[in-house]
Amino acid sequence: MDKLLKLIEEDATLTTEQLALMLSMEADEVKSTIDRYESEGVILGRKTIIDWDKTDSETINAIIEVKVTPQRDRGFDRIAEKIYNYPEVKSLYLMSSGGFDFTLLIEGKTMREVALFVTQKLAPIESVTATATHFVLRKYKDKGVIYGANETDERGNE
Amino acid sequence: MLDYQRMLNKTVTEMKPSGIRKFFDMLSGMKDVVALTVGQPDFITPWHIREAAIESIEKGKTYYTSNAGTPELRLEISKYMKRKFNLSYNPQEEIFVTVGGSEAIDVAMRAILEPGDEVILPQPAFVCYEPIANMQGAKVVHINTRLENKFKVTAEEIKNAITDKTKMLILPFPNNPTGAILTREELTEIAEVLRGTNICVLSDEIYAELTYGRKHVSIAEIDGMWERTIIASGFAKAYAMTGWRMGYVCAPAPLLKEMLKIHQYAIMCASTASQFAAVEAMRNGDEDVEYMRAEYNRRRVFLLDGLRKIGIDCFEPEGAFYLYPNIGKFGLSSEEFAERLLYEHKCAIVPGTAFGESGEGFARISYAYSLKHLSQALERIEAFVKKLKSEK
Repeated sequence: MDKLLKLIEEDATLTTEQLALMLSMEADEVKSTIDRYESEGVILGRKTIIDWDKTDSETINAIIEVKVTPQRDRGFDRIAEKIYNYPEVKSLYLMSSGGFDFTLLIEGKTMREVALFVTQKLAPIESVTATATHFVLRKYKDKGVIYGANETDERGNE
Repeated sequence: MLDYQRMLNKTVTEMKPSGIRKFFDMLSGMKDVVALTVGQPDFITPWHIREAAIESIEKGKTYYTSNAGTPELRLEISKYMKRKFNLSYNPQEEIFVTVGGSEAIDVAMRAILEPGDEVILPQPAFVCYEPIANMQGAKVVHINTRLENKFKVTAEEIKNAITDKTKMLILPFPNNPTGAILTREELTEIAEVLRGTNICVLSDEIYAELTYGRKHVSIAEIDGMWERTIIASGFAKAYAMTGWRMGYVCAPAPLLKEMLKIHQYAIMCASTASQFAAVEAMRNGDEDVEYMRAEYNRRRVFLLDGLRKIGIDCFEPEGAFYLYPNIGKFGLSSEEFAERLLYEHKCAIVPGTAFGESGEGFARISYAYSLKHLSQALERIEAFVKKLKSEK
């Protein structure tokens, strides 16, 4: 069933019928498989990749490294929960690096908004001992998609 | 005033421009057209292959290679032919590197054909064979492959076409434009007809990597056929390397030696940077080929299903990246159908007649496009078909 997951990971808009055709399966079977993946938590959600720079909307992304003191009994999980519950936090990873423990990706409207999040929400969390914020200047590729890629078909007709 | 007509070679001035070209000229300049005309992959050459060429340039490898191509590349081609198609070719004497599959076809035909010779060519087929044969003064004997036979040429048809002048049989399978392939059984029957003759087979296997459901079989693998077969192939379709112009020819040494002379005088050698890329492709590109084949296959079933659902009959092609639907029932000639679809619904396909007269009633639709693009095209074709039905 790897194939089904790979296909919908690549393109969430494929219909059950299209998937059935491509996988030589029955549409019902595709649907029930997807349903099962959803209930098992294999499929977690579906989103759209947007190049916000091409819209009027202002957004800024930052990568923040966070060093923490793990808590007794619950290790990093409790702290992670505190951090990821902020809606500004788009991704949160526990890292194997020696210098810091978490990397989080954050999205805000302005640099100031991101800075405020770090100083007023993230840094004050009890176990957080240090943070380092890196602002993203430009996105070239995200989730396998190249931003601003040339979409004109320049192939010659041979 | 110079008389250019008198100056020029008559065989050339009488050569018809490619039928595909004519249609593409109509296309150029039109805006917002959803085209399904392109005969080349929509993938970019995999990065590791491009990188190998860049590295060769950075290292200053900008010399001519030997006429036959670099020893490394010939060795890779030899290993590839064994690995993929169970064919044995000695890299020193039975393989050389050409400027695309096109040059491979050209040198093969020029080395074999003389004025008065006959060449058997199944039709529809890619456009290059007949003009090259004519340049040699050879005559092309067409076999019109038929829908009932899934556009395969049969042993019986070949047998009936053979005369004492027949010098060469061209086998362009997997076929552009039909997507037809020949199976081992069918090739064995054809081999039976050829055995005992002195006929050379030019097997154009440029689409060999793009078959769906079963693996490509070369006629050279059939008992007694290797000795008479020239394989023309290349990297373009398999590795998405059209612009690199990398092809090769495999043939028994006595044939190859003579073909190499033409290549040597006309071309000298194929592009050096491209040869470095080609080595990398054959060494480390099997996964890329797999990936692209799976993608094409998805598009194939998607488009085939889409066409059938809107009422266009189409046989299921097993190779290349084209569908060859039957559009005869709409009461238009292939050209009219394609022209009206283009002008009234801004969707471009190639009329079957661009690939020979037997293409009347058919059209070539390329699926070397994204699924999204194919969906858009299907919507336009559907609107056109609805209009045609209401006109009836």
